Amino acid sequence: MSEEFVFQGWRRADGRIGIRNHCLVLATVACAAGVVREVWRRLPAVVAVEHAHGCGRGGPDMGLQVKTLAGLVQNPNVGAAILVGLGCEVVSAGLLRRTLASSGKPLETVVIQEVGGSRKAADQVEALARRLLGELESLPRETGTAADLMVGLECGGSDTFSGLTANPAVGKAVDRLVELGGTAILAETTEMIGALGPLLKSAESEEVAAKLKVNVERQEARAREVLGPLADAVMAPGNIESGLTTIAEKSLGCITKGGSSPIREVVDYGDRPSRKGLVVMDTPGYDIESLAGMAAAGAQAILFTTGRGTPVGFPAVPVIKISSNSQLFEAMPDDIDLDAGTILAGKGISEVGEQILGLLLRVARGQKTRAEINGQAVFAIAQGGPAF
Amino acid sequence: MAVLAIRVNPKDNVAVVAADVRADDVVRLDDGEVRAVEAISCGSKVALGPIACGEAVVRYGEEIGRATKDIAAGEYVHTHNLARER
Repeated sequence: MSEEFVFQGWRRADGRIGIRNHCLVLATVACAAGVVREVWRRLPAVVAVEHAHGCGRGGPDMGLQVKTLAGLVQNPNVGAAILVGLGCEVVSAGLLRRTLASSGKPLETVVIQEVGGSRKAADQVEALARRLLGELESLPRETGTAADLMVGLECGGSDTFSGLTANPAVGKAVDRLVELGGTAILAETTEMIGALGPLLKSAESEEVAAKLKVNVERQEARAREVLGPLADAVMAPGNIESGLTTIAEKSLGCITKGGSSPIREVVDYGDRPSRKGLVVMDTPGYDIESLAGMAAAGAQAILFTTGRGTPVGFPAVPVIKISSNSQLFEAMPDDIDLDAGTILAGKGISEVGEQILGLLLRVARGQKTRAEINGQAVFAIAQGGPAF
Repeated sequence: MAVLAIRVNPKDNVAVVAADVRADDVVRLDDGEVRAVEAISCGSKVALGPIACGEAVVRYGEEIGRATKDIAAGEYVHTHNLARER
């Protein structure tokens, strides 16, 4: 990629630049999901977020939910948001609005029990969304550079080739992005189990190393506690079918997505990094929950590698899908944006890394990803405790 | 028939085969070859030399687990003879 890494984005009140300008219609609780879906059916231009959260969990999980939902609203790709609540839930529209009071983002709230039920709520949300969409259209564009970008890294449905092709190629793209002043988040603590050795070598400081060690050891202890001698079953059946045998093997391939930059910071789930460059976030390996953590931190795009193939996208955040093998690229052409399986046929890892960076720039400039075209946007938040 | 396999690090004692392998196929690496003693499906691992029960299985230059039985050169390596712990 030889052209300059610049794009026209939208600068938000907090100074960050979005590469999309979405109106989010967010259910604050699962009970409001039907209204959100109805609004999306009437007005597909909005980004609708339905989920199974918002009530019925213990304190720490409720805190995570508020943080993650608020973080998603604050994501720079979101220009305005309508918070749709039920009225008796823990994560209410009012609570979320207070949490977001200083965000400077245009926000509206509609509470189903206060406006006379689901149909009236959908009517009100639709009217608000039409107005907000109009206002967003007239927002001025501003030039952004690689330094304005935060990219989340994810692998889902990994195979034995992931660690040979797609992941190291993403690592090369990340190296280039970091050189240009950008930020990348390496996540999925589950997929660091067994790979602590190389990760610690990349830690920029003792503090970073200590936190990495705590996070990975805690995740491994959790896996052992829940799965006992089957702890390696933290892998999905499809990983094992593809030839991956142990979690360490999967992890060693997974972490190559981070490239060769030093790890500058380790943040908790959904927290915004304070440093640029390569940072690590503590998330589960479960893709959807991991994506939510990175989106809440402000990632404007996701580089997502897959060996088995997955269609998932994320609300408001473009997900760029990269296949680890060409058979997958041919088998699921509508879901994959770029094939890194070409590396098996002799293409250089750096060359594919440049292709990925070039595609990231085009997506920052507005090109839709396959997941965006397909309307694939799923959302779930990482949980600790049981549901009540 | 000769099939390509990929070894990432010189320390690795397994490699990933880039196509389906039949028994007796020659599995070719950048710097050598091994004869498959059994069928190995595309994407799976082949042992590059004998690995004794309890010995480390190495990929990416790192231990990915231990052999749970003696493994011969050219054997298919997966959950039946490799685990991260016992």
